[in-house]
Amino acid sequence: MIRYTSEIVSLGLQTLRAWPEMWHHRRKVIQCFYDMANTSLLMSCVLSLFIGGVLALQSGPLLVERGLSFVVGQLVGLSMCKELAPVMMAILMAGRIGSAITAELGSMKVYQEIDALWTMKINPIHYLILPRVTAILCALPLLVLFSILVGWMGGGLVCWLNQEIGLSLQTYFSHLKAGISLQDLAQSITKSIFFAMLIGVVSCHHGLQTKGGPRSIGRSVTQSVVQSIVCILISDYAITRIFVWIE
Amino acid sequence: MDRMTPSHSKGVNLAVSGLGRSFSGVPVLCDVHLSVEAGSICVIMGASGSGKSVLLRHLVGLETPDKGSILYNGSPFSEAITWNQIEMAIVFQQGGLLHSLDVGENIALYLRETKRLSDEEVEPLVDQAITQVGLDVVNDKHKMPSDLSGGMKKRVAIARALAIDPGIIFYDEPTGELDPVTAVAIGKEIRRVNKDHGTTSIIVTHDRDLAFGIADTITFMAQGRLTDPQTPEEIRSLSDPQTRQFLHAGSQKDYL
Repeated sequence: MIRYTSEIVSLGLQTLRAWPEMWHHRRKVIQCFYDMANTSLLMSCVLSLFIGGVLALQSGPLLVERGLSFVVGQLVGLSMCKELAPVMMAILMAGRIGSAITAELGSMKVYQEIDALWTMKINPIHYLILPRVTAILCALPLLVLFSILVGWMGGGLVCWLNQEIGLSLQTYFSHLKAGISLQDLAQSITKSIFFAMLIGVVSCHHGLQTKGGPRSIGRSVTQSVVQSIVCILISDYAITRIFVWIE
Repeated sequence: MDRMTPSHSKGVNLAVSGLGRSFSGVPVLCDVHLSVEAGSICVIMGASGSGKSVLLRHLVGLETPDKGSILYNGSPFSEAITWNQIEMAIVFQQGGLLHSLDVGENIALYLRETKRLSDEEVEPLVDQAITQVGLDVVNDKHKMPSDLSGGMKKRVAIARALAIDPGIIFYDEPTGELDPVTAVAIGKEIRRVNKDHGTTSIIVTHDRDLAFGIADTITFMAQGRLTDPQTPEEIRSLSDPQTRQFLHAGSQKDYL
């Protein structure tokens, strides 16, 4: 456990130290960012729309019945912004992008492509890890912002269409706006940046540690996804705790 | 001067002494000594699992030995590489080509990433390397490695090595998994590269025909130890039973 954590931290630091090299690898960063956005956007849209909708559907009738209709917008708004969007998008990224990164790097390791890079004096951290981690660091916060907006929209649609709630979109969004501050959005983005770094480094680490044949690639992918999700959930609690303490 | 024109002076001397390495307490390399003259072809032969590929990984810096030294032109490996005193290249058993890049991009990798040359400088060198290994610039340059045959992958790997303009090239089982005709073609290619570019070549193989066809010196590896390098003629006249068994195994009567 200690060794694993130190390896992850060490890889993270090496990646941060490689950032002056980023301009040279800008094309790869853009390519990775495009691939990530392309594979995650539709899924994130569907996921966020329905999560926002379900939140409104479960809480709306109950709150309206007790005369607390103004809370529905705030509840959906805050839940999506502070917790659900960053965590759900991070888990989605770990599953779709993190697994793909581990599989790609794992197969490169198994088929001696990474050895070939070393022998050509090309540092795999500069050439392979840096573009992927940078791309995920750009993609996840944007995806989280997108998810928050779509989730709010999903909640609004349910409030408007569900007769038991019966709130107009205008009323719903005015309540939501009253309950959300820029600080909430900033916390959400901060979380997503931290999660992005975790997913990038954990998935790259597992890819680089792959040994053996094709079966070990599958094993690395599973470990990468499971450990990314565990790290996301644990660090989510820790970061939330810090934010609560600061507030 | 064109960087790929023949030059017989750039070959690198290799001197290995007392190299030792154990994995989980099991010795894989035991007191290995090897000396290879600049510009020569040295073939390391031996049975599967004898430690040939492990030795090769140590020679190119992918593994660190427990003890012993590896000197290139008299300088320790790390110094020689760090201060760019030598350039080396390796042709891996499976080519080691990056599957996400096409043939041209694979060959250009070192020039773009390590030398940081511009596209205008890289393209002619890539085309030259492709032509030198008998591939076609128009038809083959933009093929992906997954579209190539085993022999073509090896040629591309050799072209990539040539683009580095190395003083020493290592080949790991260059004819492994190839049919006899392609194997001969690859062997000729290695010989031609050695003659035209003056590079030192270290070949790890258990292909006897290749070894006796192109080697200047041959050394045998068994149980982590290397024999003294000898010429093919000297090896043929050896009376050592282990060497003789290795050299003559595989005739039809052995299967009966």
